[in-house]
Amino acid sequence: MPLKLLKYGLARDYPVTGDIPATPDLRKSYDVVIIGGGGHGLACAFYLSKYHGITNVAILEKGYLAGGNTARNTTTIRSNYITPEGIAFYKEGVELYGEMSQELDFNVMFSQRGQLTLAHSETTMRSFHLRAEMGKHMGTRLEVVDQKQVQELCPHLNMDYGGALEILGGLWHEDGGTARHDAVAWGYAAQASRRGVEIHQRTEVESINVNGGRVQSVTTNRGEIACGQVMIACGGANYEVAMKAGVRLPIRCYPLQAMVTQPIKPWLHTLVSSVSLHTYLVQSSRGELVIGGGSDPYQSYSTRSTLDMKEHLAQGAVHMFPFLQNMRLLRQWAGTTDMTPDYSPIMGASPLDNLWLDCGWGTWGFKATPVAGKYMAQTIANGKVPDILRPFGMDRFTSFELLNEMGATAASH
Amino acid sequence: MKILTCPMNGPRNITEFQYLGPFRAMPDPDDASDTDWAQYLFRAENSRGPVVEWWRHTPSNYVFLAERHLGTGDVIRTFDPSEGRPS
Repeated sequence: MPLKLLKYGLARDYPVTGDIPATPDLRKSYDVVIIGGGGHGLACAFYLSKYHGITNVAILEKGYLAGGNTARNTTTIRSNYITPEGIAFYKEGVELYGEMSQELDFNVMFSQRGQLTLAHSETTMRSFHLRAEMGKHMGTRLEVVDQKQVQELCPHLNMDYGGALEILGGLWHEDGGTARHDAVAWGYAAQASRRGVEIHQRTEVESINVNGGRVQSVTTNRGEIACGQVMIACGGANYEVAMKAGVRLPIRCYPLQAMVTQPIKPWLHTLVSSVSLHTYLVQSSRGELVIGGGSDPYQSYSTRSTLDMKEHLAQGAVHMFPFLQNMRLLRQWAGTTDMTPDYSPIMGASPLDNLWLDCGWGTWGFKATPVAGKYMAQTIANGKVPDILRPFGMDRFTSFELLNEMGATAASH
Repeated sequence: MKILTCPMNGPRNITEFQYLGPFRAMPDPDDASDTDWAQYLFRAENSRGPVVEWWRHTPSNYVFLAERHLGTGDVIRTFDPSEGRPS
């Protein structure tokens, strides 16, 4: 047995079976070209191949698979939004996470442990009541809790910071949770490529060739490809990629910073966030505390971390849990978020016939990975935007029908 | 800490300033079409290059323009609006 194992290990034709095949040669044309190999693009390819029988699909990724905002987000999954259109959409997103591991035959480690948002003022409490009523009306689990309930849900919280930022209550969202972001992308990639979808990594789109109101072809650093339908889903690069097709998106890019501490014993059993402190915490299954939510106060494409933002996040975390003061930071990073004027995404049609948008995902994209993929696939397959996506169309910025979700997060905006 | 040079107060910590977004030329509200007005409201410069922006030095409430590179974050120049605005 040991000899056999050694022989197997040293064999030249060691049979490796990978979940995700290596980048193949680029073909001359594809029915669907998806620009951006992150969670959203991969999910769309999966739904196209599994539910719509469209397998002649190429995903073009400038860097490596899911190395952008799919890798940089803080994995919060929730549906405690405020507009009926937003809640309906994100609610289905949360439900799809519930069945994702079975659907993909890949453990995405979905952990629905609930999210607690803290209020330090009466004003915030009033807005929580509004959000809770909207949530209940739309069928999500969302309720306002008082100080005593906050302490029961999260006994470690510092309820009274010298009276300065006393916790008055909270918004308890039992549907909230987390999942392993890499696994979500890999699961979709594995299932999509098994059905014939080609994933082209290190393939950068250099130009998008438009004629007669349609995208005719896409020129990449590996050659030109003709395309039936095209979808743009490339996170922080959406504005620049759409500009290559002459489409000017209502997007401004801001860096969003986050960090993790050294791993410790499990103690934090919910997601905790504070709107006033612009800080949120979650303990990962490895034991690290993921601390997030600092948007830089000015536009930039730089993904360098800044000391003042890290200090701000550390201050917020210590504010809520003073015993964290001696914790060490293990990693810190930033991602480029493509922010829209109303803090809602842009999905659906573009001014070009066969160009579809899955953009403007700002700081809120990860939770929508499955639901955006599902409905964008439906859009591309039928050539028609389904009703659930209609409110998110780019035309809302000319008809002034904005979908304001500004208060829906603890990130600082 | 990053430093921003205010045309009136000289070099100061960037935390003393408020970012007011890219400069956008306002069309005439009486003549502009709805589409142009929507463009003015919702579209802003976001290229990975030099962009002219509004900034405010908060303690002195002084508003000025800065040209900054969105890719590198380098501030190219700062100037008073009376020294000319982009078209």
